[in-house]
Amino acid sequence: MSATILKGSVDADEPVSFYDLDEHEHPEGHSTMLGFWIYLMSDCLIFAILFACYAVLGGNLAAGPGPKDLFDLPLVALNTAMLLFSSITYGFAMLMMQRGRMVHTQFWLGVTGLFGAAFLAIELYEFQHLIHLGAVPQRSAFLSAFFTLVGTHGLHVTFGLVWLVTLMIQIGRTGLIQANRRRLMCLSLFWHFLDVIWIGVFTFVYLMGMLR
Amino acid sequence: MSAHEDHSLEEGHMEGSLRDYVIGFVLSVILTAVPFWLVMARPLASDGLTALAIVGFAAVQIVVHMIFFLHMNGKSEGGWTMMALIFTVIIVAIMLTGSLWVMYHLNHNMMPMPHDMSQMP
Amino acid sequence: MSYEPVSISPLLGRLSLDSLPLHEPIIVATFAAVAIGGIGLLAFVTRLGLWGTLWRDWFTSVDHKKIGIMYMVLGLVMFLRGFADAIMMRIQQAIAFNGSEGYLNAHHYDQIFTAHGVIMIFFVAMPFVTGLMNYIVPLQIGARDVSFPFLNNFSFWMTTAGAVLVMMSLFVGEFAQTGWLAYPPLSGIAYSPATGVDYYIWALQIAGVGTTLSGINLVATILKMRAPGMGLMKMPVFTWTSLCTNVLIVASFPVLTAVLTLLSLDRYVGTNFFTNDFGGSPMMYVNLIWIWGHPEVYILILPLFGVFSEVTSTFSGKRLFGYTSMVYATIVITILSYLVWLHHFFTMGSGASVNSFFGITTMVISIPTGAKLFNWLFTMYRGRVRFELPMMWTVAFMLTFVVGGMTGVLLAVPPADFVLHNSLFLIAHFHNVIIGGVLFGLFAAINYWWPKAFGYKLDVFWGKVSFWCWVVGFWLAFMPLYVLGLMGVTRRMRVFDDPSLQIWFVIAGIGAAVIAIGIAAMLIQFAVSIRKRDQLRDTTGDPWGGRTLEWSTSSPPPDYNFAFPPVIHQLDAWYDMKTRGAQRPVEGFRPIHMPRNTGTGVILSALATVMGFALIWYIWWLAALSFAGLIAVAIGHTFNYERDFHIPAEEVATTEAARTRALAAEA
Repeated sequence: MSATILKGSVDADEPVSFYDLDEHEHPEGHSTMLGFWIYLMSDCLIFAILFACYAVLGGNLAAGPGPKDLFDLPLVALNTAMLLFSSITYGFAMLMMQRGRMVHTQFWLGVTGLFGAAFLAIELYEFQHLIHLGAVPQRSAFLSAFFTLVGTHGLHVTFGLVWLVTLMIQIGRTGLIQANRRRLMCLSLFWHFLDVIWIGVFTFVYLMGMLR
Repeated sequence: MSAHEDHSLEEGHMEGSLRDYVIGFVLSVILTAVPFWLVMARPLASDGLTALAIVGFAAVQIVVHMIFFLHMNGKSEGGWTMMALIFTVIIVAIMLTGSLWVMYHLNHNMMPMPHDMSQMP
Repeated sequence: MSYEPVSISPLLGRLSLDSLPLHEPIIVATFAAVAIGGIGLLAFVTRLGLWGTLWRDWFTSVDHKKIGIMYMVLGLVMFLRGFADAIMMRIQQAIAFNGSEGYLNAHHYDQIFTAHGVIMIFFVAMPFVTGLMNYIVPLQIGARDVSFPFLNNFSFWMTTAGAVLVMMSLFVGEFAQTGWLAYPPLSGIAYSPATGVDYYIWALQIAGVGTTLSGINLVATILKMRAPGMGLMKMPVFTWTSLCTNVLIVASFPVLTAVLTLLSLDRYVGTNFFTNDFGGSPMMYVNLIWIWGHPEVYILILPLFGVFSEVTSTFSGKRLFGYTSMVYATIVITILSYLVWLHHFFTMGSGASVNSFFGITTMVISIPTGAKLFNWLFTMYRGRVRFELPMMWTVAFMLTFVVGGMTGVLLAVPPADFVLHNSLFLIAHFHNVIIGGVLFGLFAAINYWWPKAFGYKLDVFWGKVSFWCWVVGFWLAFMPLYVLGLMGVTRRMRVFDDPSLQIWFVIAGIGAAVIAIGIAAMLIQFAVSIRKRDQLRDTTGDPWGGRTLEWSTSSPPPDYNFAFPPVIHQLDAWYDMKTRGAQRPVEGFRPIHMPRNTGTGVILSALATVMGFALIWYIWWLAALSFAGLIAVAIGHTFNYERDFHIPAEEVATTEAARTRALAAEA
């Protein structure tokens, strides 16, 4: 680092530099991972509010059906498995990306997308089943909170899928360039973050619901 | 702490190895299966104990996901990701316990139960 | 739960000719004035041929300095609207006695007090504060721009989109009549079936996206973009308070987003979160929205605490007293602001244990705030205080804010709050801290940093006129409200029965008129300064003898802020550089890497405005279409990888040579 040399400085004998004359540019996207993480934390608070609503209002059945009448645990277990599988397959995609293998990355991303879609399909089936039973979101505060919390998670998964497909197209067009790698890493955080939220959902909504 | 030191993406933060992912996956499967089994088969006599157990499993699983899938550690981004996470956990805890506490006391004080209502003139 | 207020046509939703408030003469006259003014403005810009410049250099700019200035302009425009609402309320309350109904009907009056609150908080205070942080923070940390320049532009336009929706509600349909936080069940579909609350919801949601993103942006900027050597404890205090503010934004605006989403689900889908029946709980809304609402108060005031710190230190010619304690006080306030929300609804009935806890935490928060005040006083003590305009505003703040803070501590005592809740005492209290703290701080900041942004100082005479009118007007306008509050007069009243109260409202009205003169004087100050800019010119870039890095570059700073990043050795980096005789480098310039301008932010927020409007009026096809457009444009934007360019070294050399000449001419 060359420097503006300063003569007769007040309290230091060695020369002090006040300007960085040999600047190293901030590489593009150097803040992206931190920024995205901060975004995820803010998203976490949205879920916190939905959980708080479920916790406070979840017992208000308004003489309507309750968790024990509605929830189908084997189906929830299957759904959880889909999301867990999609997590490990996304991990494989990241490993392939680190080794610079584009085709393999694309393959594992595709598999992740399929597991994600399966998760959504099962969730939609569950919702449709509940609505068929008359357990609509308008029926009680419990059902409002349930549909909103689980549905918001589902919306996030949907958004993740749209993003995944977009990224696959972009990788197909431009390859595993730095910008695309960064985006893959952001989506990785997003995807695993949704998994963490789902741990909260199946524990506090479904499993605890069966215990109430 | 200068912004000059830590801006390369290739420093290995937030990237795991195959071993990490496999360990994380196996642990997650166990930590998911056991609570489902606890609720579906009810091996524990009391509901309270079962609830406590599944909450415990959930907490452990969240930590597992954080370490093995999200590759959290105290060093990436100069420790700021961990700092942000800790701050968020504190705020979430305040919001959840605070809302439950406030609303529980409100309901306790302000909403007479139906059987009280029937005795009202 | 289906409630159909009017017939909904598939094409226009519930929008029809009846939606235009043609029966309200006041609104029609306002519309005429706004339309004439607007057309005049458009014609003026067209005549000067400024559209190209505006679009290329401003609307699509990703330069944090230009975005900062645009935020300030937005804040100023909305401030005039918000103040118009205020003066209308003051006139109404001053004359609606002895059987008089005043001149505003209930429907209109209720919209005015709601709009006043919403606009002043979300579209005046927030843009002002965000704009200030946007402009100053990168300069203070020696950075070239923020972390995510495009996101910054997008955030600004989303905030503007929210403001546009609020303004639209004045002439198309109506605004909410619920008070600024829209408590259910009043804000539910059963009691507010028309479009007012929907305007409220979508304006805040769209602006909220912008606020959250700009919060994330500035946090990342401060954490990642500091110049070499600037450790956390060498950051200027304003940067510290900005960091804490943006942490608060990121950690509280999602709460508002979630709560308003639940309210809109109740209104649009018929869910039962906050309804009176089917297990809903309106009080849960109050609980949740104040979890956002209290941190919001600190979002507004913390950056201004930073401003006062910079101003006091600069104009006392001393290092800030107790820098470390100032930083810790700010952090403690940040955390504590999440532990006090229930003091906004002590009367809800959560009982003694809950109320005592929140009462005590509220009183505790006054300790770090008090520590800050003593720090400023000790900075002035034995300093060579120069009473320039920024310093005058700071002293006025100290005197005014302390009174507001003390009445806040009074309200923090639950039994006292049971008497004063929702009374004019509360209104006086929060205007005392918001005007005395936030606004006075903003005026200090504008007078302090205007020379940095434009290269010339503001006119002192008109600045002093504005200052005295504001300070005197404030005390005249709000002290009567303390008295009325203690007598038990509640807020949001339109007419009064007791004639003995009228004199206090008349005094308050006179106060508001004096404030109006203060505002006019401020606008004149801007105009006069622009006209006399050659006399007021500052070529040094450091007109006040500043201490922080923003004063080390030219005024206005070049696009790239710093030709070479400064290296920081201690707090008050620029003061350090001046005293140790640092030489500004005059050669060896390199090309500078900069982000490229883009119009995507404008397009996205225009689509968001259309979507908001369509959702408000139940025009479902348009809502779906604009939503699809939003997604498509957003995805399309990610296919553009070419987002930056280099300013050539020769251009940097030319700019810097001009600066060298200017500095030499000065010497």
